[in-house]
Amino acid sequence: MLKQAQMAIRVMGPPPNLRTGCDLVIEFPLILELEVRRILSDSRIQPIQTVPVQDALLSPVSLFQTRDYGDYLMIRAANMKLTIHKATRRIVNISGGGCPDVPWLADQLIGKTLDNAPAPQRLGKTLCGYALHLAWEEMHRQCPG
Amino acid sequence: MSWLIVGTVPRKDFPLTCGQAALNDRELVVNGRVSPVVRGTPALIAAACIVCKTLKLEPPDVLLCGDIGDGDGSRLIYRHLVETGLKQKSHAGLLFHYLQPDVDWHNRILMAIDDLHVRPLLMADAGYMYVAKMSGYAASYDLFTPDVGELAFLADEKAPHPFYTRGFLLHEDNAAPDLIQQAVSNGNAARHLLVKGKNDYVVADGVIVDVVSSPSVEAMEPIGGTGDSLAGVAAALIVSGLTISEACSQAARINRTMGLLANPTPAFAILDLFASLPRAILRVRAST
Repeated sequence: MLKQAQMAIRVMGPPPNLRTGCDLVIEFPLILELEVRRILSDSRIQPIQTVPVQDALLSPVSLFQTRDYGDYLMIRAANMKLTIHKATRRIVNISGGGCPDVPWLADQLIGKTLDNAPAPQRLGKTLCGYALHLAWEEMHRQCPG
Repeated sequence: MSWLIVGTVPRKDFPLTCGQAALNDRELVVNGRVSPVVRGTPALIAAACIVCKTLKLEPPDVLLCGDIGDGDGSRLIYRHLVETGLKQKSHAGLLFHYLQPDVDWHNRILMAIDDLHVRPLLMADAGYMYVAKMSGYAASYDLFTPDVGELAFLADEKAPHPFYTRGFLLHEDNAAPDLIQQAVSNGNAARHLLVKGKNDYVVADGVIVDVVSSPSVEAMEPIGGTGDSLAGVAAALIVSGLTISEACSQAARINRTMGLLANPTPAFAILDLFASLPRAILRVRAST
């Protein structure tokens, strides 16, 4: 949503003093705070905190691991694995992760094709869900319809 | 004395439910509430129930609530444990599984456990293992069951979640011994580790005591729930009287043998594998 609004943002990890649990930081230029808050507010998203950060933020995982099983292809992003049947592009398995939306996302996606399945970022609520979305995007890139 | 398995069910409408688990064909039944066994905590409980039935043990007690990622169900569980659940009935062990990471609630639960007359064994997997490490109290646990990637997260003293682990995907199995030492020396490991991967490592007090590498069934990696089943089998074997290390070694062999007997494709569901679990248990136990 912020990227669609052409905002210069990055998804990062919080420094130790800001951690409360399954956290995600959106880094943005300080001067844009009002606009960022307005866009989030329009979608009823309330940040936990907005703070200027002195310490270096942590970068999310950016590498993907691909494993070819012949008829099936598995892509791993961070701790999430997404597997499809190559000929039909049907999602056959989702594994990994540890947050409660992972089994629920798997229920929503498995059995659907890449084109018919909802994007995990639409349904997911945690960092594991976001990692699954990255795997889903990479799968689309490697297996375009 | 039985164990209590604590986790979530991937449904919004599953209320806070506590009781002894029963496995009825493809469904988990607790206090009249029914959940399909697909993956996640229901899969872990189902694996534990199958081991208990095969070895003629009482099935585990479970504490469950529906949670689809907003954390509401996890917080109901946390509140119940702190206010009443831990004091209601004593358990030999507590296994925490798919739960929303929340450092504040984690620490309150750990303090409540410390107040118990007899401290149960503590085992954590999935989201609760993440928060146990985030909290800085990983060493308070008796067993973690990470895969190799999650081991890299435990070894990375700065990462608050596997999503931020430095070099996450660069860590192959041959790096596991170094990562184990890093996790232990940083205080981010439990007393025992069962590291799942191409090789399964059993670690006790920082020392690798067993490496299980066969049988090897490559198609198991993409199948959701195979890690959950390994954790459930390990917990049930501890209940059966094995030491934690013995239980981890045997569980690794049983899970792999289950895969060998089922001969899966990457499209299999964990329930397809569970049909082979009783035979795998008997075969491995007869050979050890």
